[in-house]
Amino acid sequence: MLLREVEYAKPSSVAEALGLLAADDGARALAGGQTLVNVMKARAASPDMLVDLNGLEELRGIELAGDGTLSIGPMTTYTELMESVEARARPILGEVCAQIADVQVRNRGTIGGNLCSNDPTNHLPPLMAAIGARMTIRGGDGERTMGTDEFFLGVYMTAVGPGELLTRITIPAGKHDGFAAVTLGVDGTCIVNAAASANGSLRVALGCVDAVPVVVEAESPDGVRAAVRAAGIDPPSDVHASSAYRAHLAEVLAERAARQAVEKR
Amino acid sequence: MDVAVTVNGTLYERDVEPRKLLIHFLRDDLDLTGSHIGCDTGNCGACSVIFDGKLVKSCMLLAVQANGSSVETVEGLSDGDEMTALQQSFSDHHALQCGYCTPGMLMSATALLRAKPSPTDDEIRKALQGNICRCTGYWNIFEAVKAAGR
Repeated sequence: MLLREVEYAKPSSVAEALGLLAADDGARALAGGQTLVNVMKARAASPDMLVDLNGLEELRGIELAGDGTLSIGPMTTYTELMESVEARARPILGEVCAQIADVQVRNRGTIGGNLCSNDPTNHLPPLMAAIGARMTIRGGDGERTMGTDEFFLGVYMTAVGPGELLTRITIPAGKHDGFAAVTLGVDGTCIVNAAASANGSLRVALGCVDAVPVVVEAESPDGVRAAVRAAGIDPPSDVHASSAYRAHLAEVLAERAARQAVEKR
Repeated sequence: MDVAVTVNGTLYERDVEPRKLLIHFLRDDLDLTGSHIGCDTGNCGACSVIFDGKLVKSCMLLAVQANGSSVETVEGLSDGDEMTALQQSFSDHHALQCGYCTPGMLMSATALLRAKPSPTDDEIRKALQGNICRCTGYWNIFEAVKAAGR
């Protein structure tokens, strides 16, 4: 038996889930469980109650509006994003999800779980920052919607507070996006990653170099390296890469992602 | 908590603690020890099962989450003593040495071949990415899946 004792509830509506989360300080939402179950094994998280969101159809699904805007339920899995016809309106979504871990993890892991865990090595926080995604959070006091600059607060921390849930991710239309990463093995954990969007202005968001995605803008891919240098990043060092090496990779990958974005048709 | 789960076509009803992982439920409560525990951390894929039609690692699901679901394990592949074409291909190609990873490899390859009966080389490699083998260097496993896919 690897986990500490925990209570389990599987609500049948978002309202019921919010009630359960609000009633117990030790309650945590369980999405795909591909991070949370493992950190519970390591006792890095020890919730008293798991509120399983897997029964909530309200939190699933991908809708494509007439203007190309995508509205994605946070319980949508990586595999569903890869296979969805609607999600092809923003092709980078499926392309990046196909680089996350392996088949088994992609079949269970969710976009909402990836964003709400805000592990700095995750793929989706910088991607959402680059493409201008907006997150809708619901709690007892109603709903609010915000951009990634307000959503990602720190390592493993987001604007989703106790008793609240991420209920929707809204992504504008666009096709000129790129993503580049140096990983531990093919499709492994990112050492540094960069997502770029060239729909209108050129925006690049870097992951793994700070607690939250670092966004830089440039006129063209030629100016991206200078923009990263000007951002003055001070990445962490660990067994996989020194701070200086991460800073170097950040420039290289930011430019690579930017060129992909600009050249994509 | 009461859990009713269909495993390899048989309905099992048990009382389980919410903290019990699906892999421990299969092995310890149902005595289906074909699915293995290689790492306990979600990395190795030895515990892979097909859960409501989708390949998952059963060490990253709670047993209570399987309530009302259908699970396929390696025990459900063969029909009595009759091995599947994939299992025979593993034998023919010497796709196992110690055999510890084999249940997971078989489930991953089974899920692949159901979705794509004639997978490309890249599709085979991608499909086995979540399964670690420390003996074979993967080459014979790849060959076995490729041969079974034709």
